[in-house]
Amino acid sequence: MREDVLTALSAVRDPELDEPITTLGFVASCTVSADGQARVRLRLPTYFCAPNFAFLMVADAYDALVAIPGVRTAEVVLEDHFASDAINAGVAAQAGFVASFDGEAVAELGDLRAQFLRKAVLAGTDLVCRPLIAAGVTPAELVALTLGAAPQSAELDRLRQRRADLGLPAGDDAPLLIDPETGAPVALGAIPLHLRRARVTQAGIDANTSMCSGMLRYRYSAG
Amino acid sequence: MYEKNGEKYFIVDSHMHYWNAAPDNWVPGAEQYAKGWIECFHAYQSLGPKETHWPIEKFQKYSEDDLMKDVFEDGHVDVAVFQPTYLKEWYKEGFNTTERNAALGEKHPGMFIANTRFDPRDGDLGLEELRRNVEHYGSRGVKLYTAEWNNGSRGYQLSDPGAYRFLEKAQELGIKNIHVHKGPTIWPLDKDAFQVADVDHAATDFPELNFIIEHVGLPRIDDFCYMATQEPNVYAGLSVVIGGLMHSRPKFFARVMGELLFWVGEDKMTFGSDYGIWEPKWQVEGFVDWQMPDDEQFADYQKLTTATKKKILGLNAARLYDIKVPDEYQLPAEAGTPAAKDDAQLVAGQ
Repeated sequence: MREDVLTALSAVRDPELDEPITTLGFVASCTVSADGQARVRLRLPTYFCAPNFAFLMVADAYDALVAIPGVRTAEVVLEDHFASDAINAGVAAQAGFVASFDGEAVAELGDLRAQFLRKAVLAGTDLVCRPLIAAGVTPAELVALTLGAAPQSAELDRLRQRRADLGLPAGDDAPLLIDPETGAPVALGAIPLHLRRARVTQAGIDANTSMCSGMLRYRYSAG
Repeated sequence: MYEKNGEKYFIVDSHMHYWNAAPDNWVPGAEQYAKGWIECFHAYQSLGPKETHWPIEKFQKYSEDDLMKDVFEDGHVDVAVFQPTYLKEWYKEGFNTTERNAALGEKHPGMFIANTRFDPRDGDLGLEELRRNVEHYGSRGVKLYTAEWNNGSRGYQLSDPGAYRFLEKAQELGIKNIHVHKGPTIWPLDKDAFQVADVDHAATDFPELNFIIEHVGLPRIDDFCYMATQEPNVYAGLSVVIGGLMHSRPKFFARVMGELLFWVGEDKMTFGSDYGIWEPKWQVEGFVDWQMPDDEQFADYQKLTTATKKKILGLNAARLYDIKVPDEYQLPAEAGTPAAKDDAQLVAGQ
């Protein structure tokens, strides 16, 4: 049962870093009792990590737990965070972000999630395309490439999944290169800039992830 | 100044602090925030070399002697620019105010530039305070926190009419440099708390002002780069970039530097140590020794020349602040003009 819970949690991602909370080290503890009570404690790199992303992770973790057959009750607690109380109470009550931060937040987090999924699509494009370019694929060939015809890889699967999450074309016949806002194919002339943007997006996410993981390690070890 | 292999570097630390975050300065009832804030900063310090880590007690409140030794005596810095951060809801006298910084600066003529700040939501009183600060402390720049809370407001945009009123006033008072914190943010509840599009508008409408984006928009480097490349008066403030990545994650540092050199360019990047988070000594020495790796994955990133490093470590900021740089540190004519505004058309031309 504990394995089921960890597997379910591995589908919960930090929306900003686009990595599972399990590999980021954000799951501090995880227990399941014999009668199906799942308890998870989450932790973040700093006391002031952005509360909107924190809320999404706690809420997603809660949803992931209650979807497991055999889990009767679920409790997810964020620890050591300035907004722990508001987030934990809000998620436990299924209250939504605005209600959880009464008077302090004006919008639910769907747009935020979509904004970062678009970044993940762009960054994923970099991961898929750079090896192709290194192998000699030309811009004209890239423009004609579809998801089905591109060399299969974990990165490609991930890109496809993020596109599907956003409602963007994700089928075999969809072009590999699309505008992450509109889903429109990228024109040949726009490819160099598109790939440069994809690369800087990936570089930013990697740099951010590396700082977050460094600070998490420092916070929860002897230093 | 720093000298290595016969080359002399004039060092301007364009983003540093002199704070008091010790318990004697915590606001009763807000202790957990005051404590949490400084511990969060302290965690950033852990990304620097181990031998430069401080115990939390020193980190909460370092002395004038510590600062003068770390920044000037050991840290090679010629001129340091104080950037204030108020946070008066948590710290009784503020975390790092214009007054506190300037009081130290006044004892050491010529070594510091005391920037001030404003918040458009402070209205007429804020305008008056800005005028007083500029006249009293000779500030040439301001540090702004657009995502900061103020009396129930969840942050502001630099493109708001209220902000324009302050930018106009600042310009009239002789302010040249607008340092905008676009980076890890306090209390960011709104999705646009991190966005940089507001700088884009303000930079277009105030072409005589320079907009230095501190922490290069981290974690939104991509948005920042794309914006900066289109605005001739937008600069990349490297505080946190060098301190947070160069030692702890050299490969990611290389990629971020490669991207910044491509999108923003070497004339538009300014060194800031973020002291007391990180001491400047290891950052200056490390950066002078640093080069884009030869590895295949960095192949199309620009290599750094000595001139690149001289610009980033001091000459660009010296130009933004009209700091007189002795001839021995200047570049030969063919190395270009530090802080030049005319290379912003990179993408438009593609």
